[in-house]
Amino acid sequence: MEIKLIGSSSPHIRGDETTQTLMLDVIIALIPALAASIFYFGFNAAVLILAAVISAVVTEYLCQRFMNRPITITDLSAVVTGILLAFNLPAQAPWWIAVIGSAFAIAIVKQIFGGIGFNFLNPALAGRAFLMASWSSHMTGGMVDPVTDAVSSATPLAIIKGTASGQLPSIWDMFIGNVPGVIGETSSILLLIGGIYLIYRGTIKWIIPVFYIGTVAIIALITDASTLPYHILGGGLILGAFFMATDYATSPVTNKGKVIVAVGAGILTMLIRKIGGYPEGVSYSILLMNILTPMIDKYVRPRVFGVATGGKKK
Amino acid sequence: MSTKFTFKGGIHPPQSKSLTENVPIEEAPAPDIVVIPLSQHIGAPCDPLVAVGDSVKVGQKIGESKAFVSVPVHASVSGTVKKIEERYVPGGAKVNSIIIESDGKLEVHESVKPKGNLEDLTKEDILSIIKEAGMAGMGGATFPTHVKLSPPEDKPIDTLLVNGAECEPYLTTDHRVMVEKPELVVLGTKAIMKALGVNKAYICIEDNKPDAIERLRKETENEEGIEVAPMVTKYPQGDEKRIIHAVTGRVVPSGGLPMEVGCVVDNVGTVATIGNVIKTGMPCIQRVVTVTGSAVENPKNLYLRIGTSFRDAIEMCGGYKEEPGKIINGGPMMGIAQHTDEVPVIKGTSGILVLNREEAKVPEDSNCILCGRCVDACPVYLMPFKISRFSKLKNFDGADEYHATDCIECGSCSYVCPARIPLKERISVAKKEILTRRKKAK
Repeated sequence: MEIKLIGSSSPHIRGDETTQTLMLDVIIALIPALAASIFYFGFNAAVLILAAVISAVVTEYLCQRFMNRPITITDLSAVVTGILLAFNLPAQAPWWIAVIGSAFAIAIVKQIFGGIGFNFLNPALAGRAFLMASWSSHMTGGMVDPVTDAVSSATPLAIIKGTASGQLPSIWDMFIGNVPGVIGETSSILLLIGGIYLIYRGTIKWIIPVFYIGTVAIIALITDASTLPYHILGGGLILGAFFMATDYATSPVTNKGKVIVAVGAGILTMLIRKIGGYPEGVSYSILLMNILTPMIDKYVRPRVFGVATGGKKK
Repeated sequence: MSTKFTFKGGIHPPQSKSLTENVPIEEAPAPDIVVIPLSQHIGAPCDPLVAVGDSVKVGQKIGESKAFVSVPVHASVSGTVKKIEERYVPGGAKVNSIIIESDGKLEVHESVKPKGNLEDLTKEDILSIIKEAGMAGMGGATFPTHVKLSPPEDKPIDTLLVNGAECEPYLTTDHRVMVEKPELVVLGTKAIMKALGVNKAYICIEDNKPDAIERLRKETENEEGIEVAPMVTKYPQGDEKRIIHAVTGRVVPSGGLPMEVGCVVDNVGTVATIGNVIKTGMPCIQRVVTVTGSAVENPKNLYLRIGTSFRDAIEMCGGYKEEPGKIINGGPMMGIAQHTDEVPVIKGTSGILVLNREEAKVPEDSNCILCGRCVDACPVYLMPFKISRFSKLKNFDGADEYHATDCIECGSCSYVCPARIPLKERISVAKKEILTRRKKAK
């Protein structure tokens, strides 16, 4: 029998995880919070999420088509970017805000630099920053209070900072998501469940969320302990710490590097909240640490086995 | 089971050992033709000691070299030398080989005699027996065993590690040898201990082989200095530097050999064969080979004669079950894909793995997403994605700076990569290039 054999370098077997399964895991982890946001904020939240996702995927397809690159929309990374971008929008924002934000995130932040893995900023956060700079009224107004259905911009952290007036919500309401805020930052408990799912699945490591939130908590405790729950549960910290700061391409690959960016982001967040002009600060601190990531990966390397260690260790 | 030894990093691929792990070793029939390559080891190739037309007998030395780093080869059947010509070997190269047509009698050569009691043999006797028997590492690396057992004076050895980890998926040769021939493993261990002058040996076995651990514990109950060391089942637990670190806590320096930390590591199949050489006098002319994979009708552990073709070995297992996609010499993680099934089984052939066409498909790679899985998996603590990127860009200085030459080519990085990037392959390219440049610079 004449047989035609396939030749390739070892290994001849591969693991089960692919880029697509990893992204699918992130989507699954976001679904509880996504459902809750529609429950609390109603139809417009669903419209924004859908618009952002469709825009992200279509933009990715068009860019790759245009640049003669392989079409990789099935890896689901654009879907993740779309959902995360929508999560950063106030529930009353117009639909075109979502479309433009996603298109910017994918085309300018991701594809121009070479596509997945080559973006140096988190696309969704960079998209949010772009929208904040361009249409700040749409981005900061239009927060819906799920209890009264009234539109307000008085998020809990804005009240603490004194840039907005109003009654602070109960901690329980903040925990379950019954507070004004952007679409995705509301239900801490559901975001936590999603984040823990990702850690359990091994999709992300615990290091960044724990060190990031831990740093914020310690600074809040030292400065004004009574505001601790608001700093942890408000301002999109849980969303940012579990879903944004852990983005593969824009966070260091080594564990030590992850600790550095997480602590750095925690310090920056509290600096912005306490001294800076914004009441929140999560997204800008993550973006700033994104910029440092390539340098951290250059200098923080694992020590190679047997290098600079001599002879018997015992 | 007491403490289990392990290392940091590594992966847990599906073991796929159930196909053959409980199948007893079967003595394979002698094929009509054997092809004995004159170089089955690392080092100088042998010169033929026979000519076309000569009759040879089983165990007769038919090739030898005067070089120290070399081992002789022996006839594995009795019969007539038909040709001496270049043939493909599982490593991919063409090697001068002696082709013997079997007369079916399997007459044993008069030089094959039991070596007597171990107590009566000196260190030098043992080393010469090992060399004369053609012993080279049967785990796959095929380094001449007597060379490993003759370290320079300034590198004193105090520990022998018998490597029965068998961490490669699918392979069960070492497993079956340990379960069925524990007495040969112990005899071989004692012989090597005597040759090295050490009084401590560990037989290292992954805990997915509890029956082997138990058999060898029983066998070594009354043996001074020999201990069974159970190890966590994890790939690449059987890499020699991983084993040394796990069991003794010693770190072999980058670019160094085990002897630099007082250790010698020998594959358990090699050790058992040395036991057999001392007991029967028969040199290394047979070895246990796991013939397995989804495209093999009846996967088996065969005791095959060196020089049997892969095709004959697969025929002895009922032939192909379906169209083969890949035929691999060794296991799926580090084995070498063959371009034909007409290569001979050599001393380093631990397995013949036949994957079907679906399994053999080479996946398409996509962008690195910087997930860091390769960094976590690397047992040497390299950054595989960086070296791979440098290699692809032909920036070999960059690859060198990231220690490409420390790569042990275990393939863990490629295995875990969700973007299916052939990381190990690219690192190997860089490694070869860097080593060639270093040689040129000298």
